[in-house]
Amino acid sequence: MSDTTRDPAIDLECRELTKYFGNFCAVDNISFSIPAGSFFSILGPSGCGKTTLLRMLAGFQEPTSGELSIKGRSMLGVPPNKRPVNMVFQHLALFPMMTVGENIAYGLECQGVDKALILQKVQSVLERVGLPDAINKKPDQLSGGQKQRIAIARCLVLEPDVLLLDEPLGALDLKLREHMKVELKQLQNQFNTTFIYITHDQSEALVMSDQVAVMNNGKFEQVGTPQELYYSPQTDFVAAFVGENNRWRASVRGAEGAVLELELPNGMTFKGTAARKEAFGAGDLVDVFVRPEAIMLSKTQVDTATFDNVLEGQVDCLLFDGANSRVLVKESNGNHEVNVTLPQTGEFNDLQEGQTIYLGWQQAQAKCFPARDFSVEE
Amino acid sequence: MTGHNHFRLGLVLLMAPLLIWLLSLIFIPHIDMLFLSLSEKVAPRVYETGLSNYAAFFNEPLYWNTFARTAVMSILATFLTLLIGFPVSYYIAKMVRGRVRAFLFIMCMIPFWVSELVRTFGWMILLRETGVISSFLVFTGLSEGPVELLYNDVTIMVGLVYTSMLFMVVPLVTTLDSLDDSLVEAGYDLGGNGLRVLRKVIIPHAMPGIVSGCIVVFMLSLGNYLTPVLLGGKDSMWFTEQIYTQFITRFNWEQGAAFGFLLLILSSLIVWGGLKITRQTLSNTMG
Repeated sequence: MSDTTRDPAIDLECRELTKYFGNFCAVDNISFSIPAGSFFSILGPSGCGKTTLLRMLAGFQEPTSGELSIKGRSMLGVPPNKRPVNMVFQHLALFPMMTVGENIAYGLECQGVDKALILQKVQSVLERVGLPDAINKKPDQLSGGQKQRIAIARCLVLEPDVLLLDEPLGALDLKLREHMKVELKQLQNQFNTTFIYITHDQSEALVMSDQVAVMNNGKFEQVGTPQELYYSPQTDFVAAFVGENNRWRASVRGAEGAVLELELPNGMTFKGTAARKEAFGAGDLVDVFVRPEAIMLSKTQVDTATFDNVLEGQVDCLLFDGANSRVLVKESNGNHEVNVTLPQTGEFNDLQEGQTIYLGWQQAQAKCFPARDFSVEE
Repeated sequence: MTGHNHFRLGLVLLMAPLLIWLLSLIFIPHIDMLFLSLSEKVAPRVYETGLSNYAAFFNEPLYWNTFARTAVMSILATFLTLLIGFPVSYYIAKMVRGRVRAFLFIMCMIPFWVSELVRTFGWMILLRETGVISSFLVFTGLSEGPVELLYNDVTIMVGLVYTSMLFMVVPLVTTLDSLDDSLVEAGYDLGGNGLRVLRKVIIPHAMPGIVSGCIVVFMLSLGNYLTPVLLGGKDSMWFTEQIYTQFITRFNWEQGAAFGFLLLILSSLIVWGGLKITRQTLSNTMG
């Protein structure tokens, strides 16, 4: 595979990849490259084009235009059975009439591997995914998590350059899903294969990935590490889609570099920061995003010296959900509501509705984007 | 206790029409046929119990030759129907969607809205010496004189396959429809070519449909009377024709009943053998 002048550490590269279905543009001029051995996620709401993108990588759909190469070799016109990629399907697609061993052996048989070697490889991969005794079982005798591991083993035994995963955790229940996230990440480390994982579940993407691309309307909004997406979203869509956020429409009263003086329609004023290097002037409308977990909650007056923005309000509603509990706080003079994470340090366990509470947050935590109407539906 | 009895009574009443139907139309006639086949005519109106009707079958080569020929031709017809029906069914079940699909399915069914007799006459109009195809060949100069396309084995086969097609396509479409597309895609994705995916993924999944379609088509061909007789003529040598001759022409009901029973045993044996070879059970094919 030395027929390329490009960086050999790049496993997969797309340039200006576009796919139209009739007049509908499912994938719109996407370019990206994925380094070898990394876990790359494509995160987006349903209908954003991520499945189409994945199916183009697998070879089930041909791009309308653009270039797609794996390890420097162009994949245009190469049928799925000739590509060095394998796919874990959404519902796994284990062959129900074959045993686990036959399922895993299928791909090796296609490659014409010697029978004795097949058995050896099947056994070794089953051991690596922790199911050494499953070889003679039928897929319907396995639990959800075990099926998952077999579906991955069936692909990894072929030592593909890239493994594609199409929301394979979607069908599992919550507890198992949490467990499989960790396990998938471990498998990826262990096999050191490039994983491309598509999902609409941000937690899956954030936990497992080295790099995440947030996709919307056929385009990549932002590509970055999970931390970059969470701490410094570059578009309002990413700010709204990744993690939770309070989203307020405000007008700019004054700007001092990136720091903005903002006013809400009810007259409340506070400070925020322009998320990108855009200049705002007085009178501009902005969307402000403040994470519920970035707001400090206090029973006593918050010190204005430590926080740029302070607010006094009443507890309007308690949304108890264990570690994810929230408090809806209503501002004292005005109807503005703020969604705040309830710290589980014990201090707020006796919080009552109607109780007066103090909030504080830094201006850097209030990220401002030019006002735009859009919705984030999953 | 009484509740249980009520339930039993309700069940019996609900089952009654079916039971009466089975008993009066299937079971009783067959018992009668069995006795009939076991009685020998020793003098006018004098009968004895014996196996001579069955012995006649084995002693007369014409009978068992016809019998064997019918079986072989029916198996061949079944196989051809499967060969033609499978791609058709796959196309209807997997390649097309919505209206086109309904349209194609109806196109398969439309010929069955007219009676088998009319359909077979349709074939005769096309194939006879003065028929459409023969005239066309003469008209275009491809043939010097009229060609007789009726009354040979190929024509019988064409007729049988045509008559049976729907009964193969319906079960195949149903089973292929339940095949998850992602299984086929996975078959390709893991490196399989079209033939391997067909052999390893599609056919194993479609096996119950294939077997049930084959059973129905085989039974229909074996027991078919009109098609072989009309398209094959006097020499069609179809076993049902022998049975008809015994009952109607020869008025030898005893012999006809014995032939009927032999046909029943033959078809059961072949179906059983087919199930054994394909490792299917009747319950999972029909279920």
